[in-house]
Amino acid sequence: MSEFLWQARAALVVAKKNAMVYYLKPPVFTFGIIFPLFFYLAFAAGHAAPPETMAPGIVAMALFFTASAVGPLVTPWERQAKTYERLITSPASLIAILSGDVLAGTVFGAILALLPLAIATLATSASVVALLPLALGIVLGSLSFAALGVLLAAPATQGPSQVMMLSNLVRLPLIFVSGVFIPLSQMPPWGRWLAPFSPLSYCADLVRAGFGETQYWSVPADALALCAFITGFMLLAARWHRRTRNRAV
Amino acid sequence: MSDDLIDIAPSRLPTVTSPATRPGGQGESASRLPRWAIVAETLSRAFGERVAVDAVSFEVAAGEIFGFLGPNGAGKSTTARMLTGFITPTSGRALISDIDMAVRPSAARRDIGVVPEEANVYADLSVWANVMLMAELHAVPKPARIERATRLLERFDLAGRAAQKGAELSKGLRQRLMLCMALVSDPQILFLDEPTSGLDVASAHLIRDIVGEQNRARGMTVFLTTHNMDEADQLCDRVAIIDKGRLAAIDTPAALRRRVDARRSVEVRFAQFASRPAELAPELAHAEVTLLPNGFRAYTVQPGALAQAIAVRAGALGLRIESISTLAPTLEDVFLSVTSHAVAKNGEGSAV
Repeated sequence: MSEFLWQARAALVVAKKNAMVYYLKPPVFTFGIIFPLFFYLAFAAGHAAPPETMAPGIVAMALFFTASAVGPLVTPWERQAKTYERLITSPASLIAILSGDVLAGTVFGAILALLPLAIATLATSASVVALLPLALGIVLGSLSFAALGVLLAAPATQGPSQVMMLSNLVRLPLIFVSGVFIPLSQMPPWGRWLAPFSPLSYCADLVRAGFGETQYWSVPADALALCAFITGFMLLAARWHRRTRNRAV
Repeated sequence: MSDDLIDIAPSRLPTVTSPATRPGGQGESASRLPRWAIVAETLSRAFGERVAVDAVSFEVAAGEIFGFLGPNGAGKSTTARMLTGFITPTSGRALISDIDMAVRPSAARRDIGVVPEEANVYADLSVWANVMLMAELHAVPKPARIERATRLLERFDLAGRAAQKGAELSKGLRQRLMLCMALVSDPQILFLDEPTSGLDVASAHLIRDIVGEQNRARGMTVFLTTHNMDEADQLCDRVAIIDKGRLAAIDTPAALRRRVDARRSVEVRFAQFASRPAELAPELAHAEVTLLPNGFRAYTVQPGALAQAIAVRAGALGLRIESISTLAPTLEDVFLSVTSHAVAKNGEGSAV
């Protein structure tokens, strides 16, 4: 078996382990579904927008929260439970372990995003008119959010609670500049200047395109930007995780 | 303590110790494995200003059980973590089965099983799932991993608990599970960090038995980090003692014991004893003596002669001797001599 296939296999094993150990827990659902839903509803209550216009935003936010919810916690949990050393001393490379973490977050995010998507299409007049941008938005968006989550897990912290604080400190501002609440074209100039720095902006743009709404960027531009975020987050995560691990006494 | 025990030069390292020559050694399987399983080449590791491991070099032969001893903070775990690739050395090299851990870490780790010091099973996974996880990470084919896991759980007396979660196990059972997880890939080299620390006697005994079995049956190399001198003495072909980050001694337990023959001693217990030991024999005036309840222990190179002299003098003084023994030096004596830690010692005695 080639080294690549060996490591790809190891990543799948790590993803399966994460699904079994970390993902099927109530707090994950809380952060993934309930939190973004009420977050969005709280905003929508002050705006007289029809429900179908909210659908892309809720789908993108649910994806963002679910895919990046557990990733930041996996490594700190493993460090706390002392299982991290066991994983690192297995034949799985650090990249394979991180890829497994990302893969688990991606699948979980994508599956849970189908729930608001189904509700939006069944309970409102919103409908999916372009499958490709929507699928790209869900898959690439989920991958980039999961990779962001894994990056946030890298700092050497005392425990998961500190990571949650850091995670929310990074994730929440990304929502406000991403055009989830307000289409980017209607945002003030500073918002439009900041929006490209959030992967959620491109994901939301693709999801909007899927629902037939006007895009701010093009589908290829959104997809490329998300691919760049995925690559950047993974490279940074690998570098930072390696450094943190190496400081362990 | 003789000075030559400290900083034994690499040239004095023994050539590959054949476990076949050790009583109970695995014989044939080891003799077919001439290469070094583990090589530490001037391994050093600093954490900021603090040097935890300082230019440590040694080789472990394939099929050998190698003990790595040292006081707390001496650099044992840091060395083991460099050898298993958990942390990278500041300088030097770690080779596992001739593979440089820094160059091809994943390939090097395919040959090893690791039992870290702290029980680190997945608490939310069942016993079975924990073992399967490690087998899958080592790409053990499905039929083989099922067969091995079944066999190992039986051997470790965990078969009836296969469905129990890791969190529901006691420390001893978790430690057994950790060993199952490490052995399910049939590793060529097993790293054990304090495997029996804090365990009940039965669990500790079982673990030592199985490690010995695996070594004999498969020629598995074992790198054992331990505080337990009896364990090291009982299991290891060779031991290395690390102190303050530097390798202080390395040899077979027997050879190390011979180097501290001055640590042989006589232990005497009286029915009642209020005298000073020096009054019993002139040799005791200059010997190292540890007072015990109703007696004492005196260290000497000629314990037999001293025991006789004490017995004669005690008779003349009308002191009734309850017991008198000569004690051979133990690995613990070696350890204490090398690491200069003065604490009470025990010995294996033979009545005179």
